[in-house]
Amino acid sequence: MSEKKKKLLQGNEACVEGAIYAGCKFYAGYPITPSTEIAEGMSVRLPKVGGKFIQMEDEIAGMAATIGGSLAGFKSLTATSGPGFSLKQEALGYACLAEIPCVIVNVMRGGPSTGYPTGPSQSDIMQAKWGTHGDHPAISVTPAYVQEILTETVRAFNLSEKYRTPVVVLYDEIVGHMREPITIPAPGELEVIDRAKPDCKPEEYFPYDDRYLIAPLAPFGSGYRFHVTGLNHKQDGFPTNDSKVIRENNERIMRKIEDNKEDIWKNEEIFLDDAEIAVFAIGSTARSARFAVEKMRAEGIKAGLLRPLTIWPFPDKAVRELSKRVKAIIVPEMNLGQMVLEVERCSKGAEVLGIHRVDGEPINPGQIIEAIKKFK
Amino acid sequence: MSAPAVTEKKEKISVPFDYNKYLRPNKLPHIWCPGCGHGIVLKAMLRAIHNAGLDQDKVCVVSGIGCSSRTPGYVDFNTLHTLHGRALSFATGIKFAKPDMKVIVVTGDGDALAIGGNHFIHTCRRNIDLTVLVFTNATYGMTGGQYSPTTPIGSQATTSRYGSIEPPFDACEMAKAAGATFVARGTAYHTLELEKTILEAINHKGTSVVDIIDACPTYFGRMNKYKSATHMMEVIEKDGTVNVKQADKLPPEKVQGKALRGVLHKVERPEYCEQYESLIMEKAKGK
Ligand SMILES: Cc1ncc(C[n+]2csc(CCOP(=O)(O)OP(=O)(O)O)c2C)c(N)n1
Ligand code: SF4
Repeated sequence: MSEKKKKLLQGNEACVEGAIYAGCKFYAGYPITPSTEIAEGMSVRLPKVGGKFIQMEDEIAGMAATIGGSLAGFKSLTATSGPGFSLKQEALGYACLAEIPCVIVNVMRGGPSTGYPTGPSQSDIMQAKWGTHGDHPAISVTPAYVQEILTETVRAFNLSEKYRTPVVVLYDEIVGHMREPITIPAPGELEVIDRAKPDCKPEEYFPYDDRYLIAPLAPFGSGYRFHVTGLNHKQDGFPTNDSKVIRENNERIMRKIEDNKEDIWKNEEIFLDDAEIAVFAIGSTARSARFAVEKMRAEGIKAGLLRPLTIWPFPDKAVRELSKRVKAIIVPEMNLGQMVLEVERCSKGAEVLGIHRVDGEPINPGQIIEAIKKFK
Repeated sequence: MSAPAVTEKKEKISVPFDYNKYLRPNKLPHIWCPGCGHGIVLKAMLRAIHNAGLDQDKVCVVSGIGCSSRTPGYVDFNTLHTLHGRALSFATGIKFAKPDMKVIVVTGDGDALAIGGNHFIHTCRRNIDLTVLVFTNATYGMTGGQYSPTTPIGSQATTSRYGSIEPPFDACEMAKAAGATFVARGTAYHTLELEKTILEAINHKGTSVVDIIDACPTYFGRMNKYKSATHMMEVIEKDGTVNVKQADKLPPEKVQGKALRGVLHKVERPEYCEQYESLIMEKAKGK
């Protein structure tokens, strides 16, 4: 008998389903539009599965408690939007350096500042990479469909546990609030990864054991007594001023992502095989782009779509290869030019054209069609 | 090379106390200046943990950023050195996720009451079972002696060269008003009393706050013309405080202007993690 369940869900509700499926047992956060439904959903679901939900006094506390929950050994989630994402940045950097797995959902709304709370936006793409200070690794996934919010939330937890690093799930308000029929996968249908735990003797345990690229992480209270700090540290977790150790560690936390990009990247390609004009888009904008590309094909114009589901690390290889085959890459995004800069950086040959919009309205297929036709 | 073993026998404590059981001797020497009060507080904390009979594997010591917040690095428990002001939030995550752990927070007055003031209030309000030790030295030691939320009016600091004009906080009054169920004050001068107070705080179920007056001779002391670290301890900690039990018996002029020591507030109120488990998780099961 199949345990699959069909449901009509909103994107944010699908995120809750994904988190529960992935084995999330801890949520700490602060409500903010348009992500609040995630907190509401987790507050109902977590206690049913033996998990804990806490509404903190602000997003800073939410992020910090999420890291605490993870250190205690539980898969932990927090969700936010706009100003809340800004507030989480310092602690997000802590999780990068201290290598504490956790998942942060940012449902993008109009900014800067309080901006347009109920309006969609894609203007936190760069913040998801560069929001916290210092060089640091970043993984960010970008679902575009309600079903995909579920599966990408599961993938975000998997990447976070596997690479011992925070992972940001990034989608715009349109996808977050849209309702679509989805299928809840049966247990075992999707891969679920749990962090590696040590099996050595406690006295031999190093939380940043330099024999590993990614060392196993013991939960607090499990008999492995160790130290965690946001200061540059040695393999034993204690602070150091040794420039060689600092360099090696700072480089290693980048390398664990850099060396595994093939595993982290995920792209959807539509009509790209023989495309002459490509569109590069994420989230709800990719849905408009898909519509536009299909329309163009119906008119005999060879357009295609590259839709990254992982925006960080940036899919430089896919863009570079694509740029050698097409005349132009069109980058529609609900911001004043963020992804387009990355596409320009990676392009070898193709012309790059951005379509930008920050008025709280989605980018419609017509705008993309107009741009495609410029290159036909 | 590791630091020499530190052991001590005190008449008042029946069992000899082995500091090496709780310290990480190879992480010493510590960063604190000669005469700094933080080490005395560390000692009292370790003895209290020992006397509470806690399992080292189940103790977690969490701090923010500051000189005082370096304490976790020196003690052999599950230890977490976090971000400036956020120790209570990280600690809340750990405690709530794993209530069988004893979570002790060590934090400076700046860490707890300025940048972390909001978390301080809400931690007390929730009455989550955390033991919070506030190292109140009336200055920002780590950043070189700026004024803090407990700096007395008129004091010199590197950012109040003309004398501080901001009224200081009373951490105990604030903790009590916010809902903490155990509130006490101690000083680094009254070491045995401090040890007992911390022990009582550890044994209390709920948010327990101990405001610990200790001295920063390097900055607050030098800038405010104290002759030495011991002079500071005498003036601020010994003569500037009075035990709450004696206060009633003394004439008002002997108590006026002095900070009260000892347990100032102790009530029973449901603890946060227990409430969550008994009310929310139980209710959710049936739905
Ligand atoms: C977000 C942030 N702001 C400022 C600082 C700089 N800073 C480090 S410690 C500190 C003050 C520490 O004072 P206190 O908490 O009273 O501890 P003490 O050093 O006196 O023990 C400040 C301002 C920081 N580390 N992080
Ligand atoms: S600066 Fe002050 S608080 Fe910091 S270690 Fe020195 S004496 Fe202690």
